Amino acid sequence: MMLLQPGFLASVPVQNALLIGAGAALLSGAAGVFTVLRSQSFAGHALADVSSAGGAMAYLLGISPLLGFFSLSVLGALALEVIGTRRAAERDLAAGIVLGAGMGGTALLLYLDVTVKGSAGAAVSVMFGSLFAAPPGLGVAVALGALAGLLGLGLIYRPLLLASLDSELAKADGVNTRLLGTAYLLLLALAVTLSAMAVGAILSTALLIGPAAAALRLAHSPAAAMGLAALLGLFCAWGGVWLAYQSYGWTPGHVWPVSFFITALVLAVYAVASLVRRG
Amino acid sequence: MFEPYMLDAWIVATLVALAAGCAGYFVVLRGAGFAAHALPMAAFPGAALAGLLGIARFYGLAVFALGGVAGLAWLKRAQRPDAATALVLVAMLGLGALFLSLSGQYSNAVYALLFGQILGVGAADLPPAFGIGIGVPVVLLLCFRPLTYSALVPDLAATRGLSGAGLDLLFLGLLAVTSAVALPIAGALLVFTLMVGPAAAARNLVRAPLPALGVSIILALLIAWAALALAYLTGLPSGFFVGTLSAAAYLAARLTRRLSP
Repeated sequence: MMLLQPGFLASVPVQNALLIGAGAALLSGAAGVFTVLRSQSFAGHALADVSSAGGAMAYLLGISPLLGFFSLSVLGALALEVIGTRRAAERDLAAGIVLGAGMGGTALLLYLDVTVKGSAGAAVSVMFGSLFAAPPGLGVAVALGALAGLLGLGLIYRPLLLASLDSELAKADGVNTRLLGTAYLLLLALAVTLSAMAVGAILSTALLIGPAAAALRLAHSPAAAMGLAALLGLFCAWGGVWLAYQSYGWTPGHVWPVSFFITALVLAVYAVASLVRRG
Repeated sequence: MFEPYMLDAWIVATLVALAAGCAGYFVVLRGAGFAAHALPMAAFPGAALAGLLGIARFYGLAVFALGGVAGLAWLKRAQRPDAATALVLVAMLGLGALFLSLSGQYSNAVYALLFGQILGVGAADLPPAFGIGIGVPVVLLLCFRPLTYSALVPDLAATRGLSGAGLDLLFLGLLAVTSAVALPIAGALLVFTLMVGPAAAARNLVRAPLPALGVSIILALLIAWAALALAYLTGLPSGFFVGTLSAAAYLAARLTRRLSP
Protein backbone atom coordinates (compact mmCIF):
# COMPACT_ATOMS: atom_id res chain seq x y z
CA MET A 1 0.00 0.00 0.00
CA MET A 2 1.33 3.40 -0.94
CA LEU A 3 1.61 5.81 1.94
CA LEU A 4 0.03 8.62 -0.02
CA GLN A 5 -2.27 7.70 -2.81
CA PRO A 6 -1.62 9.92 -5.84
CA GLY A 7 -5.00 11.63 -5.57
CA PHE A 8 -4.82 12.35 -1.85
CA LEU A 9 -3.16 15.76 -1.70
CA ALA A 10 -4.48 16.87 -5.09
CA SER A 11 -8.10 16.40 -4.03
CA VAL A 12 -9.78 19.71 -3.15
CA PRO A 13 -12.02 18.27 -0.39
CA VAL A 14 -8.95 16.68 1.19
CA GLN A 15 -6.99 19.97 1.12
CA ASN A 16 -9.96 21.69 2.69
CA ALA A 17 -10.28 18.96 5.32
CA LEU A 18 -6.57 19.14 6.17
CA LEU A 19 -6.75 22.92 6.59
CA ILE A 20 -9.85 22.77 8.81
CA GLY A 21 -8.37 19.93 10.84
CA ALA A 22 -5.12 21.83 11.33
CA GLY A 23 -6.79 25.07 12.47
CA ALA A 24 -9.14 23.22 14.83
CA ALA A 25 -6.43 21.00 16.31
CA LEU A 26 -3.84 23.74 16.87
CA LEU A 27 -6.16 26.12 18.72
CA SER A 28 -8.06 23.40 20.63
CA GLY A 29 -4.84 21.71 21.70
CA ALA A 30 -3.34 24.92 23.07
CA ALA A 31 -6.56 26.19 24.67
CA GLY A 32 -7.37 22.71 26.00
CA VAL A 33 -4.34 22.79 28.29
CA PHE A 34 -6.03 25.53 30.28
CA THR A 35 -9.37 23.72 30.17
CA VAL A 36 -7.75 20.69 31.79
CA LEU A 37 -5.72 22.78 34.26
CA ARG A 38 -8.85 24.70 35.32
CA SER A 39 -10.97 21.48 35.51
CA GLN A 40 -13.44 22.95 33.03
CA SER A 41 -13.89 19.86 30.86
CA PHE A 42 -17.63 19.79 31.49
CA ALA A 43 -17.97 23.50 30.67
CA GLY A 44 -16.04 22.94 27.43
CA HIS A 45 -18.28 20.02 26.55
CA ALA A 46 -21.39 22.04 27.43
CA LEU A 47 -20.28 24.85 25.09
CA ALA A 48 -19.84 22.31 22.31
CA ASP A 49 -23.31 20.91 22.90
CA VAL A 50 -24.84 24.39 22.93
CA SER A 51 -22.99 25.31 19.73
CA SER A 52 -24.79 22.45 17.96
CA ALA A 53 -27.95 24.59 18.11
CA GLY A 54 -26.05 27.20 16.09
CA GLY A 55 -24.99 24.58 13.57
CA ALA A 56 -28.61 23.53 13.16
CA MET A 57 -29.65 27.18 12.90
CA ALA A 58 -27.11 27.78 10.12
CA TYR A 59 -28.82 25.09 8.01
CA LEU A 60 -32.18 26.67 8.59
CA LEU A 61 -31.12 30.24 7.76
CA GLY A 62 -28.64 29.28 5.06
CA ILE A 63 -25.78 31.14 6.74
CA SER A 64 -22.18 29.99 7.18
CA PRO A 65 -21.93 27.12 9.69
CA LEU A 66 -18.91 28.84 11.25
CA LEU A 67 -21.03 31.86 12.11
CA GLY A 68 -23.88 29.70 13.42
CA PHE A 69 -21.73 27.54 15.69
CA PHE A 70 -19.72 30.49 16.96
CA SER A 71 -22.66 32.75 17.81
CA LEU A 72 -24.32 30.03 19.90
CA SER A 73 -21.17 28.93 21.69
CA VAL A 74 -20.48 32.57 22.63
CA LEU A 75 -24.06 32.78 23.91
CA GLY A 76 -23.43 29.60 25.90
CA ALA A 77 -20.21 31.03 27.35
CA LEU A 78 -22.04 34.17 28.47
CA ALA A 79 -24.86 32.09 29.98
CA LEU A 80 -22.28 30.05 31.91
CA GLU A 81 -20.75 33.28 33.22
CA VAL A 82 -24.10 34.73 34.27
CA ILE A 83 -25.46 31.74 36.17
CA GLY A 84 -22.09 30.31 37.18
CA THR A 85 -21.04 30.39 40.80
CA ARG A 86 -17.84 29.90 42.74
CA ARG A 87 -18.55 26.45 44.14
CA ALA A 88 -17.30 23.68 41.87
CA ALA A 89 -20.35 21.44 42.40
CA GLU A 90 -22.76 24.26 41.56
CA ARG A 91 -20.63 25.14 38.52
CA ASP A 92 -21.14 21.64 37.12
CA LEU A 93 -24.87 22.03 37.59
CA ALA A 94 -24.86 25.37 35.79
CA ALA A 95 -23.02 23.72 32.89
CA GLY A 96 -25.60 20.93 32.89
CA ILE A 97 -28.53 23.35 32.78
CA VAL A 98 -27.00 25.45 29.99
CA LEU A 99 -26.23 22.27 28.09
CA GLY A 100 -29.80 21.03 28.50
CA ALA A 101 -31.33 24.29 27.32
CA GLY A 102 -28.97 24.41 24.33
CA MET A 103 -29.62 20.82 23.29
CA GLY A 104 -33.35 21.46 23.62
CA GLY A 105 -32.88 24.22 21.06
CA THR A 106 -30.88 21.85 18.88
CA ALA A 107 -33.73 19.34 18.98
CA LEU A 108 -36.14 21.98 17.72
CA LEU A 109 -33.84 23.42 15.04
CA LEU A 110 -32.81 20.03 13.66
CA TYR A 111 -36.46 19.08 13.47
CA LEU A 112 -37.16 22.28 11.53
CA ASP A 113 -34.13 21.60 9.28
CA VAL A 114 -35.71 18.33 8.23
CA THR A 115 -39.32 19.49 7.98
CA VAL A 116 -38.85 22.99 6.55
CA LYS A 117 -35.58 22.75 4.64
CA GLY A 118 -35.56 19.05 3.85
CA SER A 119 -31.92 18.73 4.99
CA ALA A 120 -32.19 15.13 6.11
CA GLY A 121 -28.47 14.84 6.89
CA ALA A 122 -28.34 17.87 9.18
CA ALA A 123 -28.39 15.89 12.44
CA VAL A 124 -25.32 13.89 11.48
CA SER A 125 -23.30 16.80 10.06
CA VAL A 126 -23.98 19.01 13.05
CA MET A 127 -23.43 16.39 15.74
CA PHE A 128 -20.73 14.19 14.22
CA GLY A 129 -19.26 16.39 11.49
CA SER A 130 -18.82 15.84 7.78
CA LEU A 131 -15.30 17.06 7.12
CA PHE A 132 -15.06 15.96 3.47
CA ALA A 133 -18.31 17.74 2.65
CA ALA A 134 -17.26 21.09 4.15
CA PRO A 135 -17.89 24.13 1.93
CA PRO A 136 -14.72 25.11 -0.01
CA GLY A 137 -14.12 28.50 1.64
CA LEU A 138 -14.39 27.11 5.17
CA GLY A 139 -10.76 25.98 5.38
CA VAL A 140 -9.37 29.50 5.06
CA ALA A 141 -11.94 30.89 7.51
CA VAL A 142 -11.06 28.24 10.10
CA ALA A 143 -7.34 28.88 9.63
CA LEU A 144 -7.85 32.63 10.18
CA GLY A 145 -10.03 31.96 13.24
CA ALA A 146 -7.34 29.69 14.68
CA LEU A 147 -4.68 32.37 14.14
CA ALA A 148 -6.83 34.98 15.90
CA GLY A 149 -7.51 32.57 18.76
CA LEU A 150 -3.84 31.67 19.22
CA LEU A 151 -2.97 35.37 19.22
CA GLY A 152 -5.59 36.06 21.90
CA LEU A 153 -4.34 33.12 23.96
CA GLY A 154 -0.80 34.50 23.71
CA LEU A 155 -1.99 37.89 24.95
CA ILE A 156 -3.63 36.56 28.13
CA TYR A 157 -1.19 33.66 28.62
CA ARG A 158 0.73 34.93 31.66
CA PRO A 159 -2.15 36.19 33.85
CA LEU A 160 -4.30 33.22 32.80
CA LEU A 161 -1.64 30.73 33.82
CA LEU A 162 -1.23 32.43 37.18
CA ALA A 163 -4.99 32.54 37.73
CA SER A 164 -5.39 28.89 36.70
CA LEU A 165 -2.69 27.61 39.03
CA ASP A 166 -3.36 29.87 42.02
CA SER A 167 -6.28 32.27 41.77
CA GLU A 168 -5.63 33.83 45.22
CA LEU A 169 -2.10 34.72 44.27
CA ALA A 170 -3.32 36.16 40.96
CA LYS A 171 -5.85 38.35 42.77
CA ALA A 172 -3.18 39.60 45.14
CA ASP A 173 -1.11 40.42 42.06
CA GLY A 174 -3.89 42.70 40.81
CA VAL A 175 -5.29 40.34 38.15
CA ASN A 176 -9.03 40.69 37.49
CA THR A 177 -9.75 36.95 37.58
CA ARG A 178 -13.43 37.30 36.75
CA LEU A 179 -12.74 39.26 33.55
CA LEU A 180 -9.94 36.89 32.68
CA GLY A 181 -12.24 33.90 33.18
CA THR A 182 -14.78 35.42 30.80
CA ALA A 183 -12.10 36.19 28.19
CA TYR A 184 -10.92 32.60 28.47
CA LEU A 185 -14.46 31.21 28.07
CA LEU A 186 -14.83 33.27 24.88
CA LEU A 187 -11.57 31.81 23.53
CA LEU A 188 -12.85 28.38 24.52
CA ALA A 189 -16.03 29.10 22.54
CA LEU A 190 -13.90 29.85 19.46
CA ALA A 191 -11.81 26.70 19.93
CA VAL A 192 -14.94 24.57 20.36
CA THR A 193 -16.47 26.13 17.24
CA LEU A 194 -13.45 25.34 15.08
CA SER A 195 -13.31 21.78 16.41
CA ALA A 196 -17.01 21.36 15.74
CA MET A 197 -16.24 22.23 12.10
CA ALA A 198 -13.79 19.32 12.02
CA VAL A 199 -15.39 16.52 14.05
CA GLY A 200 -18.90 17.77 14.84
CA ALA A 201 -20.30 19.42 17.94
CA ILE A 202 -20.48 16.55 20.40
CA LEU A 203 -17.10 15.10 19.40
CA SER A 204 -15.23 18.41 19.51
CA THR A 205 -14.46 17.65 23.17
CA ALA A 206 -12.06 14.99 21.87
CA LEU A 207 -9.73 17.55 20.24
CA LEU A 208 -10.08 19.92 23.19
CA ILE A 209 -9.35 17.52 26.06
CA GLY A 210 -7.46 14.53 24.66
CA PRO A 211 -4.26 16.11 23.28
CA ALA A 212 -4.09 18.55 26.21
CA ALA A 213 -4.49 15.84 28.86
CA ALA A 214 -1.84 13.73 27.12
CA ALA A 215 0.56 16.66 26.77
CA LEU A 216 0.18 17.63 30.43
CA ARG A 217 1.33 14.14 31.36
CA LEU A 218 4.42 14.35 29.18
CA ALA A 219 5.58 17.98 29.24
CA HIS A 220 7.34 19.64 32.14
CA SER A 221 6.03 23.19 31.72
CA PRO A 222 2.62 24.58 30.74
CA ALA A 223 4.09 26.34 27.69
CA ALA A 224 5.68 23.12 26.49
CA ALA A 225 2.40 21.31 27.14
CA MET A 226 0.55 23.81 24.94
CA GLY A 227 2.99 23.34 22.07
CA LEU A 228 2.95 19.56 22.43
CA ALA A 229 -0.86 19.44 22.68
CA ALA A 230 -1.16 21.47 19.46
CA LEU A 231 1.22 19.07 17.68
CA LEU A 232 -0.50 15.95 19.03
CA GLY A 233 -3.85 17.39 17.95
CA LEU A 234 -2.49 18.08 14.48
CA PHE A 235 -1.22 14.50 14.25
CA CYS A 236 -4.66 13.15 15.21
CA ALA A 237 -6.56 15.44 12.81
CA TRP A 238 -4.36 14.78 9.80
CA GLY A 239 -3.99 11.10 10.64
CA GLY A 240 -7.77 10.83 10.87
CA VAL A 241 -8.27 12.46 7.48
CA TRP A 242 -5.69 10.13 5.94
CA LEU A 243 -7.22 6.99 7.51
CA ALA A 244 -10.72 7.97 6.43
CA TYR A 245 -9.41 8.45 2.88
CA GLN A 246 -7.85 4.97 3.05
CA SER A 247 -11.01 3.39 4.46
CA TYR A 248 -12.79 3.62 1.12
CA GLY A 249 -13.09 0.00 0.14
CA TRP A 250 -12.71 -1.50 3.63
CA THR A 251 -16.44 -2.03 3.57
CA PRO A 252 -18.08 -2.03 0.14
CA GLY A 253 -18.65 1.46 -1.24
CA HIS A 254 -18.49 3.16 2.12
CA VAL A 255 -16.09 5.69 3.67
CA TRP A 256 -15.80 5.36 7.46
CA PRO A 257 -16.49 8.63 9.31
CA VAL A 258 -13.44 10.92 9.66
CA SER A 259 -14.65 11.88 13.13
CA PHE A 260 -14.37 8.28 14.27
CA PHE A 261 -10.72 8.06 13.18
CA ILE A 262 -9.77 11.40 14.74
CA THR A 263 -11.42 10.41 18.03
CA ALA A 264 -9.76 7.00 17.98
CA LEU A 265 -6.33 8.56 17.37
CA VAL A 266 -6.91 11.06 20.20
CA LEU A 267 -7.69 8.21 22.59
CA ALA A 268 -4.68 6.23 21.39
CA VAL A 269 -2.42 9.24 21.97
CA TYR A 270 -3.85 9.68 25.48
CA ALA A 271 -3.41 5.99 26.28
CA VAL A 272 0.19 6.00 25.07
CA ALA A 273 0.93 9.15 27.08
CA SER A 274 -0.48 7.51 30.24
CA LEU A 275 1.69 4.44 29.72
CA VAL A 276 4.85 6.42 28.97
CA ARG A 277 4.42 8.47 32.11
CA ARG A 278 3.96 5.41 34.32
CA GLY A 279 6.69 3.35 32.67
CA MET B 1 -54.44 14.45 23.67
CA PHE B 2 -55.74 11.57 25.80
CA GLU B 3 -56.71 9.24 22.98
CA PRO B 4 -56.04 5.53 23.60
CA TYR B 5 -52.89 5.55 21.45
CA MET B 6 -51.44 8.33 23.57
CA LEU B 7 -51.98 6.40 26.80
CA ASP B 8 -48.68 4.51 26.60
CA ALA B 9 -46.77 7.76 26.06
CA TRP B 10 -48.35 9.33 29.16
CA ILE B 11 -47.61 6.28 31.30
CA VAL B 12 -44.01 6.01 30.11
CA ALA B 13 -43.36 9.74 30.49
CA THR B 14 -44.67 9.55 34.06
CA LEU B 15 -42.51 6.57 34.96
CA VAL B 16 -39.36 8.02 33.37
CA ALA B 17 -39.96 11.32 35.19
CA LEU B 18 -40.38 9.46 38.51
CA ALA B 19 -37.06 7.70 38.08
CA ALA B 20 -35.29 10.81 36.73
CA GLY B 21 -36.62 13.19 39.39
CA CYS B 22 -35.58 10.79 42.14
CA ALA B 23 -32.16 9.90 40.71
CA GLY B 24 -31.57 13.55 39.83
CA TYR B 25 -31.83 14.59 43.45
CA PHE B 26 -28.85 12.41 44.27
CA VAL B 27 -26.99 13.48 41.11
CA VAL B 28 -27.18 17.07 42.33
CA LEU B 29 -26.41 16.17 45.95
CA ARG B 30 -23.35 14.14 44.97
CA GLY B 31 -22.19 16.62 42.31
CA ALA B 32 -22.32 13.88 39.68
CA GLY B 33 -23.66 16.03 36.83
CA PHE B 34 -20.93 15.16 34.37
CA ALA B 35 -21.25 11.43 35.10
CA ALA B 36 -25.02 11.64 34.68
CA HIS B 37 -24.49 13.26 31.28
CA ALA B 38 -21.80 10.79 30.26
CA LEU B 39 -23.74 7.58 31.06
CA PRO B 40 -26.62 8.00 28.58
CA MET B 41 -24.02 9.01 26.00
CA ALA B 42 -22.04 5.88 26.86
CA ALA B 43 -25.15 3.77 26.28
CA PHE B 44 -25.71 5.40 22.88
CA PRO B 45 -23.33 3.20 20.79
CA GLY B 46 -25.06 0.16 22.32
CA ALA B 47 -28.26 1.01 20.49
CA ALA B 48 -26.33 1.56 17.27
CA LEU B 49 -24.44 -1.74 17.58
CA ALA B 50 -27.65 -3.63 18.38
CA GLY B 51 -29.09 -2.22 15.16
CA LEU B 52 -25.99 -3.36 13.28
CA LEU B 53 -26.09 -6.89 14.73
CA GLY B 54 -29.86 -7.20 14.60
CA ILE B 55 -30.33 -7.93 18.31
CA ALA B 56 -32.79 -6.33 20.75
CA ARG B 57 -31.81 -2.75 21.48
CA PHE B 58 -32.12 -3.04 25.23
CA TYR B 59 -29.24 -5.54 25.51
CA GLY B 60 -26.88 -3.28 23.59
CA LEU B 61 -27.87 -0.28 25.67
CA ALA B 62 -27.53 -2.13 28.98
CA VAL B 63 -24.12 -3.59 28.14
CA PHE B 64 -22.70 -0.23 27.05
CA ALA B 65 -24.22 1.71 29.95
CA LEU B 66 -22.73 -0.75 32.44
CA GLY B 67 -19.44 -0.57 30.52
CA GLY B 68 -19.65 3.19 31.01
CA VAL B 69 -20.07 2.66 34.77
CA ALA B 70 -16.98 0.43 34.83
CA GLY B 71 -15.04 3.08 32.89
CA LEU B 72 -16.14 5.88 35.20
CA ALA B 73 -15.43 3.89 38.36
CA TRP B 74 -11.99 2.95 37.07
CA LEU B 75 -11.18 6.52 36.05
CA LYS B 76 -12.24 7.90 39.44
CA ARG B 77 -8.68 7.23 40.48
CA ALA B 78 -7.24 9.14 37.54
CA GLN B 79 -5.31 12.31 38.16
CA ARG B 80 -7.92 14.53 36.52
CA PRO B 81 -11.32 12.82 36.78
CA ASP B 82 -13.22 15.39 34.73
CA ALA B 83 -10.86 15.17 31.75
CA ALA B 84 -11.06 11.37 32.00
CA THR B 85 -14.88 11.50 32.02
CA ALA B 86 -14.80 13.70 28.92
CA LEU B 87 -12.59 11.16 27.15
CA VAL B 88 -14.85 8.22 28.07
CA LEU B 89 -17.74 10.25 26.70
CA VAL B 90 -16.13 11.04 23.33
CA ALA B 91 -14.77 7.49 23.01
CA MET B 92 -18.30 6.10 23.23
CA LEU B 93 -19.76 8.78 20.95
CA GLY B 94 -17.05 8.10 18.37
CA LEU B 95 -17.89 4.39 18.43
CA GLY B 96 -21.57 5.27 18.10
CA ALA B 97 -20.82 7.37 15.02
CA LEU B 98 -18.96 4.45 13.45
CA PHE B 99 -21.65 1.85 14.22
CA LEU B 100 -24.42 4.08 12.93
CA SER B 101 -22.48 4.85 9.77
CA LEU B 102 -21.81 1.15 9.13
CA SER B 103 -25.41 0.17 9.72
CA GLY B 104 -26.45 2.76 7.13
CA GLN B 105 -29.23 4.24 9.27
CA TYR B 106 -27.45 7.41 10.11
CA SER B 107 -29.38 10.66 10.38
CA ASN B 108 -32.79 9.57 11.65
CA ALA B 109 -31.23 7.21 14.14
CA VAL B 110 -28.93 9.93 15.48
CA TYR B 111 -31.85 12.24 16.00
CA ALA B 112 -34.02 9.62 17.66
CA LEU B 113 -31.31 8.41 20.02
CA LEU B 114 -30.17 11.86 21.11
CA PHE B 115 -33.53 13.56 21.36
CA GLY B 116 -35.96 10.70 21.83
CA GLN B 117 -39.27 9.69 20.33
CA ILE B 118 -41.71 10.01 23.20
CA LEU B 119 -44.65 10.08 20.80
CA GLY B 120 -43.45 6.84 19.23
CA VAL B 121 -43.79 4.87 22.46
CA GLY B 122 -45.53 1.50 22.20
CA ALA B 123 -46.81 -1.21 24.51
CA ALA B 124 -43.44 -2.98 24.36
CA ASP B 125 -41.83 -0.06 26.20
CA LEU B 126 -44.12 -0.42 29.19
CA PRO B 127 -42.50 -3.28 31.19
CA PRO B 128 -38.97 -1.77 31.31
CA ALA B 129 -40.44 1.66 32.05
CA PHE B 130 -42.38 0.21 35.01
CA GLY B 131 -39.13 -1.44 36.10
CA ILE B 132 -37.24 1.84 36.42
CA GLY B 133 -40.22 4.00 37.37
CA ILE B 134 -40.81 1.90 40.46
CA GLY B 135 -37.48 0.12 40.98
CA VAL B 136 -35.19 3.16 40.92
CA PRO B 137 -37.15 5.24 43.47
CA VAL B 138 -37.57 2.22 45.78
CA VAL B 139 -33.85 1.36 45.80
CA LEU B 140 -32.87 5.00 46.21
CA LEU B 141 -35.31 5.52 49.09
CA LEU B 142 -34.01 2.38 50.80
CA CYS B 143 -30.49 3.79 50.52
CA PHE B 144 -31.59 7.35 51.25
CA ARG B 145 -29.65 7.78 54.48
CA PRO B 146 -26.33 6.25 53.42
CA LEU B 147 -26.44 8.03 50.04
CA THR B 148 -27.16 11.38 51.69
CA TYR B 149 -24.64 10.91 54.49
CA SER B 150 -21.82 9.83 52.22
CA ALA B 151 -22.45 12.83 49.96
CA LEU B 152 -22.75 15.47 52.71
CA VAL B 153 -20.29 14.20 55.31
CA PRO B 154 -18.07 11.59 53.65
CA ASP B 155 -15.71 11.34 56.65
CA LEU B 156 -18.48 10.67 59.14
CA ALA B 157 -20.02 8.12 56.78
CA ALA B 158 -16.68 6.33 56.53
CA THR B 159 -16.34 6.06 60.30
CA ARG B 160 -19.78 4.44 60.43
CA GLY B 161 -18.57 1.80 58.04
CA LEU B 162 -20.28 3.05 54.90
CA SER B 163 -18.10 2.35 51.90
CA GLY B 164 -18.05 5.38 49.59
CA ALA B 165 -16.83 3.37 46.61
CA GLY B 166 -19.55 0.72 46.96
CA LEU B 167 -22.31 3.29 47.25
CA ASP B 168 -20.91 5.15 44.29
CA LEU B 169 -20.97 2.01 42.19
CA LEU B 170 -24.55 1.23 43.21
CA PHE B 171 -25.58 4.78 42.39
CA LEU B 172 -23.86 4.85 38.99
CA GLY B 173 -25.36 1.42 38.25
CA LEU B 174 -28.87 2.78 38.89
CA LEU B 175 -28.13 5.75 36.64
CA ALA B 176 -26.94 3.36 33.94
CA VAL B 177 -30.07 1.21 34.09
CA THR B 178 -32.27 4.31 34.02
CA SER B 179 -30.34 5.59 31.00
CA ALA B 180 -30.57 2.28 29.15
CA VAL B 181 -34.32 2.00 29.60
CA ALA B 182 -35.17 5.64 29.04
CA LEU B 183 -32.79 6.36 26.15
CA PRO B 184 -34.81 5.07 23.17
CA ILE B 185 -37.96 6.66 24.55
CA ALA B 186 -36.67 9.92 25.91
CA GLY B 187 -33.31 10.38 24.21
CA ALA B 188 -29.87 10.65 25.76
CA LEU B 189 -30.35 14.38 26.20
CA LEU B 190 -33.81 14.37 27.71
CA VAL B 191 -33.01 11.88 30.46
CA PHE B 192 -30.06 13.95 31.62
CA THR B 193 -31.96 17.23 31.48
CA LEU B 194 -34.91 15.74 33.32
CA MET B 195 -32.51 14.60 36.05
CA VAL B 196 -30.54 17.79 36.57
CA GLY B 197 -33.04 20.60 35.98
CA PRO B 198 -35.81 19.74 38.47
CA ALA B 199 -33.39 18.53 41.14
CA ALA B 200 -31.21 21.64 40.95
CA ALA B 201 -34.33 23.80 41.12
CA ALA B 202 -35.61 21.85 44.14
CA ARG B 203 -32.33 22.32 46.00
CA ASN B 204 -32.71 26.07 45.56
CA LEU B 205 -36.27 26.05 46.87
CA VAL B 206 -36.11 23.63 49.79
CA ARG B 207 -33.22 22.92 52.09
CA ALA B 208 -34.29 19.80 54.01
CA PRO B 209 -33.35 16.59 52.13
CA LEU B 210 -36.64 14.64 52.02
CA PRO B 211 -38.88 17.59 51.04
CA ALA B 212 -36.31 18.59 48.41
CA LEU B 213 -36.50 15.08 46.97
CA GLY B 214 -40.30 15.38 46.86
CA VAL B 215 -40.16 18.76 45.11
CA SER B 216 -37.64 17.39 42.62
CA ILE B 217 -39.95 14.49 41.70
CA ILE B 218 -42.98 16.76 41.41
CA LEU B 219 -41.13 19.22 39.17
CA ALA B 220 -39.83 16.37 36.97
CA LEU B 221 -43.39 15.04 36.58
CA LEU B 222 -44.77 18.50 35.74
CA ILE B 223 -42.05 19.14 33.16
CA ALA B 224 -42.47 15.73 31.54
CA TRP B 225 -46.26 16.09 31.34
CA ALA B 226 -46.08 19.67 30.05
CA ALA B 227 -43.49 18.66 27.43
CA LEU B 228 -45.63 15.76 26.23
CA ALA B 229 -48.76 17.92 26.05
CA LEU B 230 -46.95 20.74 24.24
CA ALA B 231 -45.29 18.31 21.84
CA TYR B 232 -48.69 16.83 21.04
CA LEU B 233 -50.37 20.21 20.58
CA THR B 234 -47.65 21.90 18.51
CA GLY B 235 -46.17 18.91 16.69
CA LEU B 236 -42.69 20.09 17.74
CA PRO B 237 -40.14 17.69 19.30
CA SER B 238 -40.60 16.94 23.02
CA GLY B 239 -36.85 17.33 23.69
CA PHE B 240 -37.11 21.03 22.98
CA PHE B 241 -39.76 21.51 25.64
CA VAL B 242 -38.00 19.36 28.23
CA GLY B 243 -34.73 21.27 27.74
CA THR B 244 -36.21 24.74 27.91
CA LEU B 245 -38.72 23.98 30.69
CA SER B 246 -36.00 22.43 32.88
CA ALA B 247 -33.75 25.45 32.42
CA ALA B 248 -36.68 27.77 33.11
CA ALA B 249 -37.55 25.89 36.32
CA TYR B 250 -33.96 26.19 37.52
CA LEU B 251 -33.73 29.90 36.72
CA ALA B 252 -37.08 30.59 38.40
CA ALA B 253 -35.92 28.73 41.52
CA ARG B 254 -32.66 30.69 41.60
CA LEU B 255 -34.56 33.96 41.30
CA THR B 256 -37.07 32.95 43.99
CA ARG B 257 -34.25 32.16 46.36
CA ARG B 258 -32.50 35.45 45.66
CA LEU B 259 -35.66 37.51 46.13
CA SER B 260 -36.86 35.76 49.28
CA PRO B 261 -35.38 37.16 52.49
